Amino acid sequence: MSMKQTLIVIGNGMVGQYFLDTLVNSGLTEQYRIITFAEEPRPAYDRVHLSAFFSGKSAEDLALVNEDFFAQHGITLYLADRVISIDRQQKQITSAQGRVMAYDKLVLATGSYPFVPPVNGRERPQCLVYRTIEDLQAISAAAATSSIGTVIGGGLLGLEAAKALRDLGLETHVVEFAPRLMAVQLDDGGGAMLRRKIEALGVEVHLNKNTTLIEAGQDCLNRLQFADGDSLETDIVLFSAGIRPRDDLAASCQLIQGPRGGIVIDNQCRSSDADIYAIGECALWNGQIFGLVAPGYAMARTVIADLQQQPASFSGADLSTKLKLLGVDVASIGDAQGKTAGALSYCYQNEAAEVYKRLVVSADKSRLLGAVLVGDASNYAQLLQYCLNGMTLPDNPESLILPVAANQPAALGVEALPASAQICSCYDVSKAQVCEAVASGCCSLPELKQRTKAATGCGGCAGLLKSVLDNELTKHGVAVSNDLCEHFALTRQQIYHLVMVEQIQTFDQLLSRHGHGLGCEVCKQAVGSILASYWNDYILKTPHIGLQDTNDNFLANIQKNGTYSVVPRIPGGEITPDMLITLGQVGKKYQLYTKITGGQRVDLFGARLEQLPLIWQELIEAGFESGHAYGKSLRTVKSCVGSSWCRFGVDDSLSLAIELENRYKGLRAPHKIKFGVSGCTRECAEAQSKDIGVIATENGWNLYVCGNGGMKPRHADLFATALDTVTLMRYIDRLLIFYVRTANRMQRTSVWLENLEGGLSYLRQVVIDDSLQIADSLEQQMQHVINSYQCEWKTTLENPQHLQRFRSFVNTDQPDQSLAFIEQRGQSFPAPSLPVKHFPIIEEVA
Amino acid sequence: MSQWIDVCNVDDLVADAGICAWVAQRQIAIFSLPKINGVFAVDNLDPFSGAQVLSRGMVGDLGGIPMVASPMYKQHFNLETGQCFEDQTLRITVYPLRIHQSRIEISL
Ligand code: SRM
Ligand SMILES: Cc1cc2nc3c(=O)[nH]c(=O)nc-3n(C[C@H](O)[C@H](O)[C@H](O)COP(=O)(O)OP(=O)(O)OC[C@H]3O[C@@H](n4cnc5c(N)ncnc54)[C@H](O)[C@@H]3O)c2cc1C
Ligand code: SF4
Ligand code: FES
Repeated sequence: MSMKQTLIVIGNGMVGQYFLDTLVNSGLTEQYRIITFAEEPRPAYDRVHLSAFFSGKSAEDLALVNEDFFAQHGITLYLADRVISIDRQQKQITSAQGRVMAYDKLVLATGSYPFVPPVNGRERPQCLVYRTIEDLQAISAAAATSSIGTVIGGGLLGLEAAKALRDLGLETHVVEFAPRLMAVQLDDGGGAMLRRKIEALGVEVHLNKNTTLIEAGQDCLNRLQFADGDSLETDIVLFSAGIRPRDDLAASCQLIQGPRGGIVIDNQCRSSDADIYAIGECALWNGQIFGLVAPGYAMARTVIADLQQQPASFSGADLSTKLKLLGVDVASIGDAQGKTAGALSYCYQNEAAEVYKRLVVSADKSRLLGAVLVGDASNYAQLLQYCLNGMTLPDNPESLILPVAANQPAALGVEALPASAQICSCYDVSKAQVCEAVASGCCSLPELKQRTKAATGCGGCAGLLKSVLDNELTKHGVAVSNDLCEHFALTRQQIYHLVMVEQIQTFDQLLSRHGHGLGCEVCKQAVGSILASYWNDYILKTPHIGLQDTNDNFLANIQKNGTYSVVPRIPGGEITPDMLITLGQVGKKYQLYTKITGGQRVDLFGARLEQLPLIWQELIEAGFESGHAYGKSLRTVKSCVGSSWCRFGVDDSLSLAIELENRYKGLRAPHKIKFGVSGCTRECAEAQSKDIGVIATENGWNLYVCGNGGMKPRHADLFATALDTVTLMRYIDRLLIFYVRTANRMQRTSVWLENLEGGLSYLRQVVIDDSLQIADSLEQQMQHVINSYQCEWKTTLENPQHLQRFRSFVNTDQPDQSLAFIEQRGQSFPAPSLPVKHFPIIEEVA
Repeated sequence: MSQWIDVCNVDDLVADAGICAWVAQRQIAIFSLPKINGVFAVDNLDPFSGAQVLSRGMVGDLGGIPMVASPMYKQHFNLETGQCFEDQTLRITVYPLRIHQSRIEISL
């Protein structure tokens, strides 16, 4: 019989779960039997990303723990069972469902609850809060029958909630008691700039408003009455007026609490009873409640250390924040309001670009005390490092917030960071740990994330993590060479740039000016693709022939036996019975194996080189075009029938899909591109797994970007909502050409986005806000591609010289006799070939 | 004593690419690399896939050695010796080639 002690964790929220995760890794499970009580009906989920629930993430997507975690580690979990009292004399707890359990050690991780100010009428219908999945479900339900929503509270969370209401299609208001938004984190200048930005999102802001009464409205369900006599009609009232620690249990057993609530803890996170710890948002340390996950995680680690009888102490946490609101960059660091004695400030304000930045520095100008960034938070991580690590500022601190002239190196490289610098605050990962992981073989961001957990929380540190990674790799001489290949000491992006600037038209021009040697299949294909994207010439024009791999060279996909397949374009998957009959006839005539593809079209396999022109002649006469299945280019736009047939269809997804496919067909890119268009959120076209996905809503098209099926599936990100068709196409034009210009070779949009510094919000800035002022040029280039579209098969058939090359042999017209076929299920298949030895795939083929 | 077999005209070559010829019951891939004045003939069979496709591979150099990359799985072969870059044990047949009065001739 083991003599395990019992450890009970009350609350299975973000911090409670992190505690359990750390516990099972610490080996303490040998010593303790672990029981956890969760008041909510499901195990811990990602509250930080709760708002993603509105953009389609399910409760399962948000889960922080997989089903078998508890069983696997022998932890007993009681769901939907709230602990109602603690008996410290007996050392036992009682739950709402009547469970009575003895403990040796108790950890309170009960979090906090949304504070609802004592306004008369606050119990009225549709007066809601924003904390749990159930809260969000209630908001969704209320929104379905509402047209106006109001958030009471203009803080961090209130603004996030307002954005959510806005995205649900409601007219949205924010009511704030203070004279500015995010009163705690920002100064007046920053608050004012933020207000402009929030209003630009379509959210109306009311400052200096003290809500005194909520009553029945005339046009809406509710009316807010303010102290200054004004009023506001609204259907939904969402309270976001701060949080209060859930310390009711502590009160019931006389643990010491703070004057304004919170379970008082010491540096070891012990409450006034040494066997009871408190961590997360319910704990009060040094008079402070921490409303962020990172300090809660630090507390959890402290408790683990204490249980292991190792020295550790919680020493407070930095409350710098970066708002993760769509399209709005806001950050606050340290003493943002300059309250430190003698502090000096530098401000940069650009009303045209809606940017406000302030630095607060020490009296001797040597240390950064705080900062406010609105409209451009790109150097948040850098400034935070200055502040947290007490690094000496440059002589002219203002250079840190002034716009940097192009090409000027950033003021501070990651190299300057001390080893102890914290890179990821969510998981407390230091620079030293990152460096160590790199030294032991992590060479990519995904590997590094998996190994260290850095950048897997709020994700705010991803850019910094990548910089450290690159810097380390460079130092290890693990050539982070982004060179295309041995023939060009240039990246694909640089080559693209040279092609644009020097108007280079051929591979040989580029090679003689910027490369050496003869080239190889890697650089030739990459350059061939760049030239095709930029000039959109016919790809089989003489100087380009050697740049194409066999698929592009013969405008068909090579198969295992050396034959080719034929894939005509079937835009949106829509095809007339007559066209379908033609496909059948052609397949039959040339004995081609015929299959419906996963891309809503038909593939005819087994054509010999000399048959390709004959087959295409017939197809083109019947009205088909090349499907570019062979190219790194637009493949298919998958669609559902949408409102034309489907009883649920909200809009005509089919017509849009066909329009999009015809618009972008022929566009050459670093890798293939796939689209999907669905007529409603049931998503029958799987748009969210495509490079470009579009879903119809009542308010317009929602645009999703950078999804991927294939080897490493990635859900697309919601990029913009409620678009009309013109804006939708404008965004797609810009985004695709930006991808074409900046991605690495063979990089799908998903991987491109994941490696794009600044990520999705940067992409939005470029595409939606035109922050680089290149939108015109992007659109023009797309227009050029659209205008110069040609069906490559049509062009080829019209040109006898090109047709010359479609023969098996240069010196005889006889077919390739080595090809053998067998029959299966009434069709023709390649005969099994010689046993082929296994080989590593040098390169993904298509 | 080698015997030269007439294959095709030099105009049939495609610069920086390959063509395939049927010579004495064999498929022969012929590549033209004008930048180094090189014309090379090798067996068309790709030993990795077992398909007759090398003539459709892309050419260039690796470390200065003229090569063709198989269109199937991208292994590289030295055009002068037939040696596979990725597998020391593999070497494809290389055929002597000459240009005689604007004709390509090879010797088997
Ligand atoms: C024919 C088809 C399978 C079928 O029998 O249905 C197919 C066949 C091939 N796919 Fe695919 N893919 C086909 C739909 C898909 C799909 C489904 C879709 O498009 O909805 C996917 C996953 C979606 C995605 O791409 O995100 C898909 C993911 C891939 C991948 C992995 C890409 C990735 O990003 O991970 C490759 C390899 C690559 O591209 O590097 C690939 C590569 C290939 C190649 C080109 C491999 C090759 O070089 O031989 C295959 C040859 C096509 C041919 O010979 O005609 N195929 N392939 C489908 C043709 C669709 C079409 O009409 O154009
Ligand atoms: C919309 C939103 C956005 C946010 N964004 C960020 C962000 O960007 N960055 C950041 O750092 N933080 C953010 N936060 C705050 C973050 O979610 C909290 O700091 C974190 O969840 C605190 O973890 P916790 O475990 O202390 O509390 P919780 O996650 O609230 O967990 C406490 C759990 O204990 C349960 N419980 C309470 N009492 C009992 C009882 N008696 N018996 C059993 N169970 C009980 C509760 O039901 C709850 O499930 C955000 C919060 C919200 C709501
Ligand atoms: S996505 Fe919507 S409209 Fe399209 S078929 Fe499915 S249910 Fe119908
Ligand atoms: S700081 Fe949040 S994930 Fe790293």
